[in-house]
Amino acid sequence: MEKAAAAEKVCMLAGKMMLESGAETHRVEDTMNRIAAAAGLENAQSYATPTGINFSIGAAELSNFMRITKRSMDLHKIAEVNTISRKIVANEITISEAHSMLNRVDRKWPTFPPWMQIVAAGFVSGSFTIMFGGAWADFIPAMLAGGAGYAGMLGFDRFFELRFLAEFFGGFLIGLFAVIFVTIGFGLNLDQMITGAVMPLVPGMHITNAIRDLLAGHLVAGVSKGVEAMLTAFAIGAGVAVVVGFV
Amino acid sequence: MVIIAQLATSFVAASGFGILFNAPAQRLWQCGTIGMAGWILYYGLVQQGMYVVPATTFAAMLVAVMTQICAKVYKTPIIVFHVSGVIPLVPGGVAYDAMRNFVENDYNTAVQLSAQVMLLAGGIAIGLMFSEVVNQLIKKFPLKQKR
Repeated sequence: MEKAAAAEKVCMLAGKMMLESGAETHRVEDTMNRIAAAAGLENAQSYATPTGINFSIGAAELSNFMRITKRSMDLHKIAEVNTISRKIVANEITISEAHSMLNRVDRKWPTFPPWMQIVAAGFVSGSFTIMFGGAWADFIPAMLAGGAGYAGMLGFDRFFELRFLAEFFGGFLIGLFAVIFVTIGFGLNLDQMITGAVMPLVPGMHITNAIRDLLAGHLVAGVSKGVEAMLTAFAIGAGVAVVVGFV
Repeated sequence: MVIIAQLATSFVAASGFGILFNAPAQRLWQCGTIGMAGWILYYGLVQQGMYVVPATTFAAMLVAVMTQICAKVYKTPIIVFHVSGVIPLVPGGVAYDAMRNFVENDYNTAVQLSAQVMLLAGGIAIGLMFSEVVNQLIKKFPLKQKR
């Protein structure tokens, strides 16, 4: 019985970490079920949504519940949890070893420091401006605006715990910088510059994942992700429009 | 020249998204290559006069196939390559544009763009699912004789 409790803990921790890192819900459920099966729990049931996990080791057993509040994209963490769960299934590590390994991964800092993410966001913005048919003259202005917008979003997110307002602020900064650049003659095309610069912020991946979840039959997860993506896009659009619409 | 610019920028964009999404550092160049391949196929098809939705679907299929291969070769979960490979194709920019038009009271354009977002996202999802079908077929009916 104690072994089952330990396995439950590992399943919940793995599921929580994957959901917080932005994994698809069916992958989360699959991973939890595999770990449970490897620990000898044959009839485990898991139900994951983007905002919470339910897990029970059998039909007549107690069920565990966990709320997921923070969600971001962290592919490195997903890859690590995946490796650990593979090791459990292959019987290379015990459940208690897995628990301490997962805890260590959970506390690890992101691989890339914030300044590097901001630089990357800048390059992404500039590149997308060119990909959407912009002129090379707009590359550096879009890069600066996109980097500033992303940095603003990260900073806002750190100081205030308000979802969607950080994206609004990021969009606001992008619009502000783009308008300033065009006014002083540093950039040429306002619209292409803004479209490139908002790319690091927009929830493109969430939209696609939402549709994939819907098509896979995970209706609750699909709808909630779609609504989240819509609200994020709305926040960014409103942020940009506040500047561009009133200049 | 335009093609070279597109190749270079899409590589930078896809691997840059790898950094934003905190992908494992040694997998970044694969992410960039997959994203580049998908974008170039999309770009070529659109230049040939194909409508954007089917072009996106075909590009997503290519991305999905390359993703499956990379996931097998490098023993990394599919989502790592998937996210940064598909990112040049996803309609994030269009979604933003739609919402901005809503805010600016241009509802006609906004609704049109929203419909396009749904279709593009659906096209990507179908492209990815198609390659999943092929993958399962290969698993169930192996071409090679089992040893």
